[in-house]
Amino acid sequence: MSGISARFSLALGEFRLDAGFEAPGRGVTALFGPSGSGKTTLLRCLAGLERAPDSYLEVNGEIWQDDSKGIYLPTHRRPLGYVFQEASLFPHLDVRRNLEYGWKRIPATQRRVGFDQAVELVGIGQLLDRDPARLSGGERQRVAIARALLVSPDLLLMDEPLAALDLASKRDILPYLERLHDELSIPVLYVSHSPDEVARLADYMVLMEKGKTIASGPIHEMLTRLDLPLAHGDEAGVVVDTVIGEHDQAFHLSRLDFSGGSISVAQQPYALGHAMRLRIHARDVSLALERHGDSSILNILPARVVEIAEENPAQVMLKLDAGGIPLLARITRKSCALLELRPGMAVFAQVKSVALLG
Amino acid sequence: MLSLFDFAPIWLTLRLAAVTTLLLLLVGTPLAWWLARTKSWLKGPVGAVVALPLVLPPTVIGFYLLVALGPQGTLGQLTQALGLGTLPFTFAGLVVGSVLYSLPFVVQPIQNAFESLGERPMEAAAALRAGPWDSFFTVAVPLAKPGFLTAIILGFAHTVGEFGVVLMIGGNIPGQTRVVSVQIYDHVEAMEYAQAHWLAGGMLLFSFLMLLALYGSGRRTQRAGS
Repeated sequence: MSGISARFSLALGEFRLDAGFEAPGRGVTALFGPSGSGKTTLLRCLAGLERAPDSYLEVNGEIWQDDSKGIYLPTHRRPLGYVFQEASLFPHLDVRRNLEYGWKRIPATQRRVGFDQAVELVGIGQLLDRDPARLSGGERQRVAIARALLVSPDLLLMDEPLAALDLASKRDILPYLERLHDELSIPVLYVSHSPDEVARLADYMVLMEKGKTIASGPIHEMLTRLDLPLAHGDEAGVVVDTVIGEHDQAFHLSRLDFSGGSISVAQQPYALGHAMRLRIHARDVSLALERHGDSSILNILPARVVEIAEENPAQVMLKLDAGGIPLLARITRKSCALLELRPGMAVFAQVKSVALLG
Repeated sequence: MLSLFDFAPIWLTLRLAAVTTLLLLLVGTPLAWWLARTKSWLKGPVGAVVALPLVLPPTVIGFYLLVALGPQGTLGQLTQALGLGTLPFTFAGLVVGSVLYSLPFVVQPIQNAFESLGERPMEAAAALRAGPWDSFFTVAVPLAKPGFLTAIILGFAHTVGEFGVVLMIGGNIPGQTRVVSVQIYDHVEAMEYAQAHWLAGGMLLFSFLMLLALYGSGRRTQRAGS
């Protein structure tokens, strides 16, 4: 059976972890929640670094832990890769020996990630003979990612791998994480408290709060569930997966297509068919009952109102359906009343701006 | 001049220190590892016992060892039953006494080095498929190398410098238990100040060089680490 099925309970002093979730056995699953919600503890339980009693963990059909049957694999017997928040390279070994450390410990027949492939994937070919002390923070984290990949893990666990990095290093490393996602079929559990990172990388999300997993589902759904905190506040928004459908040479625009319509953005340096993920914030979407021809707004998507929730006394949040793709729009309560918006109504969503996530 | 007569104690002292240091590494490393990582309540009591030689007069340790290893002592009866005879006034007896006396000088630096590693390197190794023994020898020991160097130097030098325990348990048998420190005592008793000077001066120089090696290397690693 493909997928991850986990149930952990653990008491650490005052803190109590009581988590259970199912996640797909492919793609990136974000463990998302505020600081102190138990994301890292849950990840450590998954890795066996924290010994949670009465727990259960199954990864793609293999039982890693089932305390009711006395099954518990110690960390070094779990086919996983782990990337810590700080790179945690071995300081007494150079980059090459760090990479070889795990690589040498698995039988050659079980190696699915090639040494050169991993080195190339995170772009560290120039660094192989360096000592970890002479690497920048971003370089160190890239080495740590390659080192974890080289054990050909069945599951890659990443604990906020960007949190300890400065903004420039983050920008430097994100494209490599995306390549990882696109080029390898290793399922990833990615701990983060950054909505931007999650929007960029995740396919699936497990939401945590105060040691509990409160919801999980595909990222598109999770970001637009009005009963969850994610769909509220200034950062609320959706991610939309699109492909480049046309380049408009005259106006230097690219048309990005998805099932609910298309969005035009400044021309992108990629070929037709290239996949791009967009983020559309709720605050950047306004609504009209008719398609206006006399607006400067280029991106207008026909949609249907699904749900309306009060955001604060002045504003409401609307969940829309644009050809099967959920959108969020935040408008004033007054506008909502003037337009007499109700669930089921057809509207036009005017998208003022989008963020390209690559 | 150093008379031929004096080489035996020097050779004996070096041999004693080498054997003792080797045994201390074998016994002290697991003990230090346990002390560095255990959460057991026994950590405090065991740590205190290991540190006892730092504060006790060597004669106290020597006295108890003499009693315990003697023909009527429990350990003495054990060694006799094993066909080893009794250990006091033999080289083996000296080794036992030296191991106990120098134990904290070896255990504590290694323990400190292990403690300063934290859990993370071992966790990283485990996530890279290294089992506990594997990660101990390929990660913990190499990373604790400065602690091991300190332990070797202190363990060796401290064994060379002991007097009270040796006198109590080893006595003063030429070629068997008469080490340099005891030999110096003999020279002084016999008013042979010239010989005493040679040996005492040699000890002073040796000890200084050992400590210089220790503090010199300590400064270097600090700089490399900063």
